[in-house]
Amino acid sequence: MKQPLVQMRGIVKKFPGVVANDQVDLDLFAGEIHALLGENGSGKSTIMSVLAGLYKPDAGEILVDGAPVSFGSPRDAIAAGIGMVHQHFKLVEPFTVAQNIQLGERKGSFLLSDTGIRQEIKEFANRFGLAINPDSPVWQLSVGEKQRVEIVRMLYRGSRVLILDEPTAVLTPQETAELFVNMRKMAAAGCAVVFITHKMNEVQEVADRVTVLRSGKVSGSMLCREVHAQELVWLMVGREIVLNAERCANGQCGGEILAMHDVHAQNDSGRPGLSEVVLSLRAGQIFGVAGVAGNGQKELAEVLTGLRAVTKGSIQFLGEDVTGRSPSELIGRGISYVPEDRLGMGLVPSLDAVENMLLKSYTQPEFSHGWLINRKAAEAKTAAIVQQYNVKLAGLSQPVRSMSGGNLQKLLLAREISEHPKLIIVVYPARGLDVGATESIHKLLMELRDQGTAILLISEDLDELMKLSDRVGVMFGGQIVGNFPIEEVDLEEVGLLMMGLFRSKEERIHGDGH
Amino acid sequence: MAMAIKLEKRLNPSAAMNVIVPVLSIIAAFLVGAVFLTLTDRDPLEVYTAMFKGALGSRYGLAETVVKAIPLMLCALGISAAFRMQLWNIGAEGQFYMGAFAASWLPLTYPQAPMMLMLPGMALLGCIGGGLWGLVPAVLRARWKVNEIITTLMLNYVAILWVDFLVYGPWKDPKGFNFPLTAKFPAAAALPNFGDSRIHVGLIIAVVLAAAFWLIFEKSRWGFEIKVIGASEQAARYAGMNIRRNIYWVMLLSGAVCGLAGMAEVSGIVGRLQPNLSPGYGYTAIIVAWLSKLNPAAILVVSILFGALQVGGFFVQTMGVPASVASMLQGAVLFFVVGGEFLTQYRVVISRKEVA
Amino acid sequence: MGEQAFFIAIFSSAVVAGTPILYAALGELVTERAGVTNLGVEGMMLIGAVSGFMAAIVTGNSWIGFVAAMLAGGVMGLIHAVLTVSLRANQVVSGLALTLFGTGLSGYLGKSYIGIPVAEPFRGVSLPLLGDIPFIGPILFRHDVLIYLSWLIVLALWFFLTRTRAGLYLQAIGENPGAADSLGISVFSLRYFYVIVGGMLCGAGGAYLSLASAPSWLENMTAGRGWIAVALVIFALWKPGRALVGSYLFGGIDALGFHLQAAGVHVSHFFLQMLPYLFTIAVLTAVMARRGGRLAAPGSLGIPYDREQR
Repeated sequence: MKQPLVQMRGIVKKFPGVVANDQVDLDLFAGEIHALLGENGSGKSTIMSVLAGLYKPDAGEILVDGAPVSFGSPRDAIAAGIGMVHQHFKLVEPFTVAQNIQLGERKGSFLLSDTGIRQEIKEFANRFGLAINPDSPVWQLSVGEKQRVEIVRMLYRGSRVLILDEPTAVLTPQETAELFVNMRKMAAAGCAVVFITHKMNEVQEVADRVTVLRSGKVSGSMLCREVHAQELVWLMVGREIVLNAERCANGQCGGEILAMHDVHAQNDSGRPGLSEVVLSLRAGQIFGVAGVAGNGQKELAEVLTGLRAVTKGSIQFLGEDVTGRSPSELIGRGISYVPEDRLGMGLVPSLDAVENMLLKSYTQPEFSHGWLINRKAAEAKTAAIVQQYNVKLAGLSQPVRSMSGGNLQKLLLAREISEHPKLIIVVYPARGLDVGATESIHKLLMELRDQGTAILLISEDLDELMKLSDRVGVMFGGQIVGNFPIEEVDLEEVGLLMMGLFRSKEERIHGDGH
Repeated sequence: MAMAIKLEKRLNPSAAMNVIVPVLSIIAAFLVGAVFLTLTDRDPLEVYTAMFKGALGSRYGLAETVVKAIPLMLCALGISAAFRMQLWNIGAEGQFYMGAFAASWLPLTYPQAPMMLMLPGMALLGCIGGGLWGLVPAVLRARWKVNEIITTLMLNYVAILWVDFLVYGPWKDPKGFNFPLTAKFPAAAALPNFGDSRIHVGLIIAVVLAAAFWLIFEKSRWGFEIKVIGASEQAARYAGMNIRRNIYWVMLLSGAVCGLAGMAEVSGIVGRLQPNLSPGYGYTAIIVAWLSKLNPAAILVVSILFGALQVGGFFVQTMGVPASVASMLQGAVLFFVVGGEFLTQYRVVISRKEVA
Repeated sequence: MGEQAFFIAIFSSAVVAGTPILYAALGELVTERAGVTNLGVEGMMLIGAVSGFMAAIVTGNSWIGFVAAMLAGGVMGLIHAVLTVSLRANQVVSGLALTLFGTGLSGYLGKSYIGIPVAEPFRGVSLPLLGDIPFIGPILFRHDVLIYLSWLIVLALWFFLTRTRAGLYLQAIGENPGAADSLGISVFSLRYFYVIVGGMLCGAGGAYLSLASAPSWLENMTAGRGWIAVALVIFALWKPGRALVGSYLFGGIDALGFHLQAAGVHVSHFFLQMLPYLFTIAVLTAVMARRGGRLAAPGSLGIPYDREQR
């Protein structure tokens, strides 16, 4: 048997309150694609951050080409030929592609050469089928293009071990397929490719070998052709999972709650962020919004909650025009919002659970003694909510900062639900949660829908959207470019729409006519 | 065997450290001061003993300590209001001067006014003067995100120059032998003193205000808003709070209290408007506020401590030691407190590691 | 006095008055480009001014004084780096502490040096040929060496930032330290380095005051110039060339007051002294209002970097 390129032996990594990796062993071979499978929070990213020199392990050893190494910093890992594409890209946004790649050069002249590197990048990128323009500023690139820059940078500096952390999470189905082709090319060139994911089908599709992690421990490692999907699920979750959801049948939805007419808004940098948005949402309906992040989802959520000004068009809520109303008024009218940024926007990390519960209701008479706050009443309410929704926390008076992602999301959603909203906007509700927490969040959303709340569900996860939504819309470039009842959704078409590859309106009408 | 020193983030800030750190900081600052005293050929022990005796060793010294502590208390309370919202008001010095200026207008214009009108009127004017001076940076910050640190600081210089202009110019006492002083205020414009000491009613005002601040910032709905805005502006916006309006009100309050300090100083101590009213109360108060973790009760105590430092500094001047030894010590205290906060957030873990 | 002579006098003293601000602004620029806010500029300048002055008096050599000022500023920078980079302290408060400490310490150390003249302060040197150009010559080319040195630093800094690899690294650690770190660029040591370099430049700015423009020591002699420098960096959008122009603009305002008075304009000198401060506020507001509150500030300015932050 040939020697592994990288061997990790008994790696232990602890964070305050959690053991992220517990005695993890891992072998990586040149020329192989090695999938690292596990739920969110199972320690996949942590073990790879240890290999990339970002985290120092508390115990264990790493061998490269059979020789023990010790990585004090990413510099050492890079020198050993290990490169990682992180889930949150490590790119300097105002820099150009070429500058970002120069940043990663292992050896380079003191003076930056202007022309040479561009040519080199182009040639290099073409060899692996990764076309990029070296002069584009990174902030102008799409997510898929940014990922390409990261990969080219790693290859450019001669990495032999390429770690891709959940690379498909942000891609459309078509981009994913393209990525897989490129990954095979890289493996064929003699690299060891590590592919972190939590999707079983992707493992089967692209990987040669798979290691499954569960709660920080290795629960299995084998060649892909020797294993069945069901077995992988079991190794990953430790139990069967049943995925079923009942939707309201067509026509069972109630009256119209929300109507947006030709709504326009600017994004943070003052450019058009939302345009020509037309949307209708009925009571007891879940409208799913698909799309690659940064295509107007945040702006959509914020115009509906009054956090962003509408520059043109109108928003009707329960038959009344609420365009340009303040956030506090919209809250009062029954619009709830579970933002993408749970800790920092939806919840305040340094405040305790009671204060976070009060965040939107501190002016209500229920929690007031005149101009003072009635903390006792708030405590009672919080305790009740915590129990009802099974939120686990250290104590009502502890800062919520230390709570786990799943419990934070439960607390946040519970607070919003307890206000009995008529419309709730939920953004990436299950991002970063493990299977159990995801399930309970989904259950809460469905219960809410059954009670007649209109739900706008914004997500990147097509599986989640397909599972929960009654209708699915696709956002691209600030517009809703497709809007289908769930029965008519074709994932292929949704993928194309997410990338902006769609026929113009005229073409579609013309095409339909024939 | 090898030792490894590691830092671990605490899940919850350590409460004990909140007390230990300030105490250690003060000790460490005195050690640093001792280094510089030694370097300049002075015996630190002798200087420190003299400072201590000067400030706390006599009835007069004690009274002076309290006298210096009053403006510190008021300014630090004012600053703490803004700091709670992460508004870095370092313009207490200027707001102090503008409060003193506005309050002085009344006795200089209507010297005949009765005390019942005079003192409340002066206090009100002091609050308005300081408050409006604090409102200017607030407007710039709320409307155009202009950095309030820079604007409040620039306005300090403007305020001091404005008072200089008045006392060297239009408000100069014609019978004052050309000294840059206004006329002496009438007796009705003097805050009552305790007995024959120079300690004035400003002390009571500070204590009452501290209690009110505790109620406002810890218990009230408005205090909750300020707390949330200070912790996360994004969350506050999300919760429907009006950030702009709160910036205005908080800076108005902050400036008003600092202005009141200026009023108390001209009315209770000086009895007229003059240059160099403050030996840097507005800056020292920043240290007081931070050292007290913005807690009103702690502000009262720490102000006394820093008042003593100030008096001690004046006292050792007679030994030929520059009074700025006090401000050097104060700056050093802040260093250590700021650095020491690390210990409340992180735990230092020393572990023995087996090396194969 | 002829009109031309009047303008030459104003412009030339604008350059002199702007130079301490320029040095300090360049120091702040370097520090902030590395992602660290430094509000201790005023204190660093004062420490620079007093230690440069003391060293010049003791040794009789102003160059030694200038170097001493830079070293002292560097030590202040080191303190700031320890607090903000290693201990991840609040950068605003750490900077304030530097200013308060620097003010106090400089006052303490300099007490016995008040009123002593410098043996050989930096004096104007007319550059050959350039100094003889009419109008421009007397404004720009008859100054002391430290002013010419500041131009070299501006040029070098511009070149460094735009053309060199190390300059790219400097920008990267200020924009996105996480990215730089993952590529093996040592964020911690580079931040230390640039905060210290920034402190040295601030110290140099202080020394310019006490050894060249007004060779003497006075308590608090910077009179807010450090804070003006902080504001100037925002006005300059973190670009060295704009910092140079801005510094002379502020220097001009400073000089204008003085020259107007000399020309017999009847405005109280207190108001003329207010001008630089009011101008700072006005300029800052104008910049922010024009850009709608959005600035091209380094992306991670003011945020401590913690590699294992989860």
